[in-house]
Amino acid sequence: MKKVNKIKIRLNGKYIRIQEKITLFNLIKILKLPIKKVAIELNQKIVNKKSLVKIKIKKNDKIEIVHFIGGG
Amino acid sequence: MTKLDNLLIAKKKFKSRLIVGTGKYKNMSECAKAVKLSGAEIVTVAVRRVNITDKKKPLLMDYIDPKKITYLPNTAGCFTSEEALRTLRLAREIGGWKLVKLEVLGDKKTLFPDMLETLKSTEVLSKEGFKVMVYCNDDPLFAKRLENVGACAIMPLAAPIGSGLGIQNKTNIKIIRSQTNLPLIIDAGLGQASDATVAMELGCDGVLVNTAIAKAKDPLKMAIAMKHAVLSGRQSYLSGRIAKSIYGSASSPIKGKI
Repeated sequence: MKKVNKIKIRLNGKYIRIQEKITLFNLIKILKLPIKKVAIELNQKIVNKKSLVKIKIKKNDKIEIVHFIGGG
Repeated sequence: MTKLDNLLIAKKKFKSRLIVGTGKYKNMSECAKAVKLSGAEIVTVAVRRVNITDKKKPLLMDYIDPKKITYLPNTAGCFTSEEALRTLRLAREIGGWKLVKLEVLGDKKTLFPDMLETLKSTEVLSKEGFKVMVYCNDDPLFAKRLENVGACAIMPLAAPIGSGLGIQNKTNIKIIRSQTNLPLIIDAGLGQASDATVAMELGCDGVLVNTAIAKAKDPLKMAIAMKHAVLSGRQSYLSGRIAKSIYGSASSPIKGKI
């Protein structure tokens, strides 16, 4: 079996290791997040949700995924 | 039958003049019930990181339907213009929200707004096409400046956020009312239903309440009380109060007295 290479990224402030060459869209699916209810930032830049499928995650990328919660 | 008295914000009509916050509730279910009982059509929401490790945590959108209730993304907790802009741009990306509430705080203890950062952010956001409702001090000069840079609603504090003190400077609120045609909404510091009535009687277009409902011993009862308080204050304002006098004026006629 082919060995899966992993890369280190920072997701919502925490370092995690994920499979290399996956897209942001793949990541959202793996995390089982409702795409319509979140917004994504890659290295401090907001990502248009339409382009999630095109963006491959690279080593040391900083990703933020946010949603709405109760607040004043 | 009175004619329709809608609250108009950025060309959008709302029947209710009460906006409620969705923070500090015991749970989402209680929050959703309070929103319903308050009759509010706009709720403020915060933008925060998704909990990656506990995805079973209930989502706000599962309890309060954004198709039925207008979500007003808020920059609560932001202390710089950069943070606030980043938060609202992300909020817009979640679902196309353009109507937002800007709040840039300047002091951790009082939670007073940093008006310089607030002004700067209002201008940037307005230019980017956001409709910005702006949390601000009860300062008529800054309120005017906010209007000049494109704010769509002025939201002065009654007192520090969560303090429950009620309106501290009625005179300033009246001055702000007299100088602007923008929606004027009291944001922060109300503690009980009568505080909301007072705000409405001063001529404000609406009030935003969070802590006073969420942290009342019975939040659902307080939600109902706030609903009626706002209606009451609005009707009282529109009906035109009597002049004040230091002397008495008998309610019963003298004529025919035995």
